[in-house]
Amino acid sequence: MNYFPDEVLEHVFDSIASHKDRNSVSLVCKSWYRIERYSRRRVFIGNCYSISPERLIARFPGLKSLTLKGKPHFADFNLVPYDWGGFVYPWIKALAESGIGLEELRLKRMVVSDESLELLSKSFANFKSLVLVSCEGFSADGLAAVAANCRFLRELDLQENEVDDHRGHWLSCFPESCTSLVSLNFACLKGEVNLGALERLVSRSPNLKSLRLNRLVPLDTLQKLLMRAPQLVDLGIGSYVHDPSSEASNKLKHAIQRCKSIVSLSGFLEVAPRCMSAIYPICGNLTTLNLSYAPGLHGNKLTKLIQHCRKLQRLWILDRIGDKGLGVVASTCKELQELRVFPSDPFGAGNDAVTEEGLVLVSAGCPKLNSLLYFCQQMTNAALITVARNCPNFIRFRLCILDPVKPDPVTNQPLDEGFGAIVQSCKRLKRLSLSGLLTDQVFLYIGMYAEQLEMLSIAFAADSDKGMLYVLNGCKKLRKLEIRDCPFGNSALLEDVGKYETMRSLWMSSCEVTLGGCKTVAEKMPSLNVEIINESDQTEFNLDEGQKVDKMYLYRTLVGHRKDAPESVWIL
Amino acid sequence: MAFEKDFNLDATELRLGLPGTSDEQASTTLRIGNKRALPDMNEDSSVAAAKKCDQETAPPTKAQVVGWPPIRSYRKNNLQTKKTEVETCGMYVKVSMDGAPYLRKIDLKMYKGYPELLKAMEDMFKFKVGKYSEREGYNGSEFVPTYEDKDGDWMLVGDVPWEMFVNSCKKLRIMKGSEARGLGCVV
Repeated sequence: MNYFPDEVLEHVFDSIASHKDRNSVSLVCKSWYRIERYSRRRVFIGNCYSISPERLIARFPGLKSLTLKGKPHFADFNLVPYDWGGFVYPWIKALAESGIGLEELRLKRMVVSDESLELLSKSFANFKSLVLVSCEGFSADGLAAVAANCRFLRELDLQENEVDDHRGHWLSCFPESCTSLVSLNFACLKGEVNLGALERLVSRSPNLKSLRLNRLVPLDTLQKLLMRAPQLVDLGIGSYVHDPSSEASNKLKHAIQRCKSIVSLSGFLEVAPRCMSAIYPICGNLTTLNLSYAPGLHGNKLTKLIQHCRKLQRLWILDRIGDKGLGVVASTCKELQELRVFPSDPFGAGNDAVTEEGLVLVSAGCPKLNSLLYFCQQMTNAALITVARNCPNFIRFRLCILDPVKPDPVTNQPLDEGFGAIVQSCKRLKRLSLSGLLTDQVFLYIGMYAEQLEMLSIAFAADSDKGMLYVLNGCKKLRKLEIRDCPFGNSALLEDVGKYETMRSLWMSSCEVTLGGCKTVAEKMPSLNVEIINESDQTEFNLDEGQKVDKMYLYRTLVGHRKDAPESVWIL
Repeated sequence: MAFEKDFNLDATELRLGLPGTSDEQASTTLRIGNKRALPDMNEDSSVAAAKKCDQETAPPTKAQVVGWPPIRSYRKNNLQTKKTEVETCGMYVKVSMDGAPYLRKIDLKMYKGYPELLKAMEDMFKFKVGKYSEREGYNGSEFVPTYEDKDGDWMLVGDVPWEMFVNSCKKLRIMKGSEARGLGCVV
């Protein structure tokens, strides 16, 4: 291998896409490290505080695409203060000043200011793709800058962001010369867009494949857009309310039928169920269907729709579908790989909810199922054991029983055996979320069997430190561990502090670890940042070492303590 | 929990069951309740309240546990606004017009108020209603929109608030000519 010129190796490396593989390649020898770093175009940084922009730029001068994640996962559930961190501005500033030709930026759970978007739009002549998932801090003004200045923009994809100011004519800021759009998703915006500008934009974007609208795009505009973009592959409908007998409805039906390439459908943020028949002609092609924001769809209208979707691979739905509806999914969608069932009424009596029955039906009917997120009223061990037998291919298995410590309602036992069956059967399991009544036993099973497990989420479980120890000792590939409200204390935390360097992060809240325990971890492991997050109003942290810590977040890092932590965060 | 077992505090623990019994439900509830030895430090008052509640009742009530169920705030916010939306399952009523050979049907839920409804009816049957006033009903046209309510009475369209009308309207009828004039005088 030493006799190949660099260009040949570079060419070989070009065909290696996976981050993991490229990382491995760079560790073979010095010359491979060198060649790899100059040819690397895409970098993924799972924790923006694990490395600095300067070091990134120094190592990968040819960088074109950067993915960054900021806040810890539990920030989604309001467990992290809003000002905790995850600011993208320093990254954009450093990249802009370095002369790197950034083309793509993908951010998740980061704080993105209008200032950053403006700087982004003006600094990278070839910028093509901006994807923001669960971010916040920007308004329509920032979007306007991106629209106006990124002359070759292909992708503007906004997923589930909290956008501050919803007024503003950002869409009108796309210049007439912009004809390169491939993907436009503004479903999460609450403000009106200039409909004329939208129509013209779509008309001059022959490569547009993905379009997701917000609620305020009326029906006649939708119809016009579809007429101008019959090549669409992915469509997100905002508002879908019309009188099926009207002329407008007929025109829409005709427009939809022309879109023979649509394989992904989502939205229906406002929906009149009787109108769904207009969609039937394209259902047969759908591989992805997301109805999780459409509580108006349920009962017969919903199941009838699903019966047309024989090729479905990914289905996101609300629990209003009920167990019977899941039965329809089971008998219709034989190609199903991913199912997500969200609660339509998280705190309610759960009249419409799903139970273990629905899950068992789907597992029996859909043998290719490998990814699950399931919010339900109850679960039994017997059901989980059956599911484990039917579907040994799970890669992601996330179960959330709405009542946090509910046992098996039939036997009144904890759900240890059920989850045990899942980890034993699903040898490729990478991600697992537990719920229901659970003892240390389930963690024994996880430590024994879940060899490929990378991410584990635990809440209101276990009896003692043993639970956490089983996991830390057994799961060799563990990268992210997040725990809330479990009786895990210092002896579990401190048993093997070296382990945390092999992981991306550990979150523990409302557990039994004390300040003293956290300090010990910080002392022994300088390569970790140990953050104590304190949400109460007191400005000073109680310095008593025996004091239990409300929230601890620790993560490995190459760049030491971050400088942008707010007052509520103490880095030990 | 390990700490407490070592010191055998079981005997002195507050339980929901009878003395001598060991109820799994109760001990679980207690586990959540007993997690904090220092209730007023570093704690949200709402979380503290939830924990106190836990000790008195059986499973923690869902609404009080912070961050549970684990649903993204974005999703929660978007579903909540939807709960206030009226579900559009359609409310079709027959519409007849004096002299027309057959009846039509319209969906009252498609319209937000009287002006829209009347316009739709006008388009459908190619007529025009007069100007509405509370005192005199519809003036200026021989066509008068009426409806049959839940009690079987024929009422003038427009007198009651829209929502009340939608909920009580069983049938619509566009009256014409002398019969209409008679209705216009009814109080």
